[in-house]
Amino acid sequence: MLDKADGQIFSGNVRLIHAVGMHARPAVKLTKLAKKFQAQISVRVEGAAEWINAKSVAKIMAMRAAHGSTIEIKASGGSDAEAAVAALVKLIETDFPDEVS
Amino acid sequence: MSDTVGIVIVSHSRDIAKGTADMVRQMVGSEVRVAFCGGNPDGGLGTSVPSIIDAINDAWSAKGVAILVDLGGAETNSEMAVEMLEPARRDHVVVCNAPIVEGAVMAATEAAGGSTLAQVKAVAEELSAD
Repeated sequence: MLDKADGQIFSGNVRLIHAVGMHARPAVKLTKLAKKFQAQISVRVEGAAEWINAKSVAKIMAMRAAHGSTIEIKASGGSDAEAAVAALVKLIETDFPDEVS
Repeated sequence: MSDTVGIVIVSHSRDIAKGTADMVRQMVGSEVRVAFCGGNPDGGLGTSVPSIIDAINDAWSAKGVAILVDLGGAETNSEMAVEMLEPARRDHVVVCNAPIVEGAVMAATEAAGGSTLAQVKAVAEELSAD
């Protein structure tokens, strides 16, 4: 699902299977995970006009992504951009499991 | 654990303060220190400066403490509590201009990533920016 775009931008798409969409708790989990990476990470509901900073919990909560929508993720900069996309795709794909750490 | 900004929740109601703290712990996790206080010493509604100071001490972190408040007196008493801290600690405590529940969750989420006190305050206040 990951494809290397021009230069150092990595991106991925994932369907939001969470029953009630991107509400508060998933938003906190997504933001906390995003903050573990150096790369700049943006997300949007597929086709939306604006990309949202994945490290901004207020903006992620406000994006109100609905159940069944597709989330686009892109990351650039830092040596961990590719890993960041993979991690966020996995988090959403696996329906925001509680952290094992 | 001491590497993250601490969060203090000050409400006129102990139930609201405790409920907000519970939400923060459940949603964000245990890596951020959260303390709360609410109600007056007689068990009624109100806030008290000594209780706020105790809560600041409980949540204390070298990175500082962000306080989230509800209505008027909670803010003025929190400011008074900050002024009564030793000068060396005073600059490491801020009262956020943010809604108490949402502000606490967002501040704690930001704090969990190891952000500075200024960043934590800015994120909490993003909600009241527009």
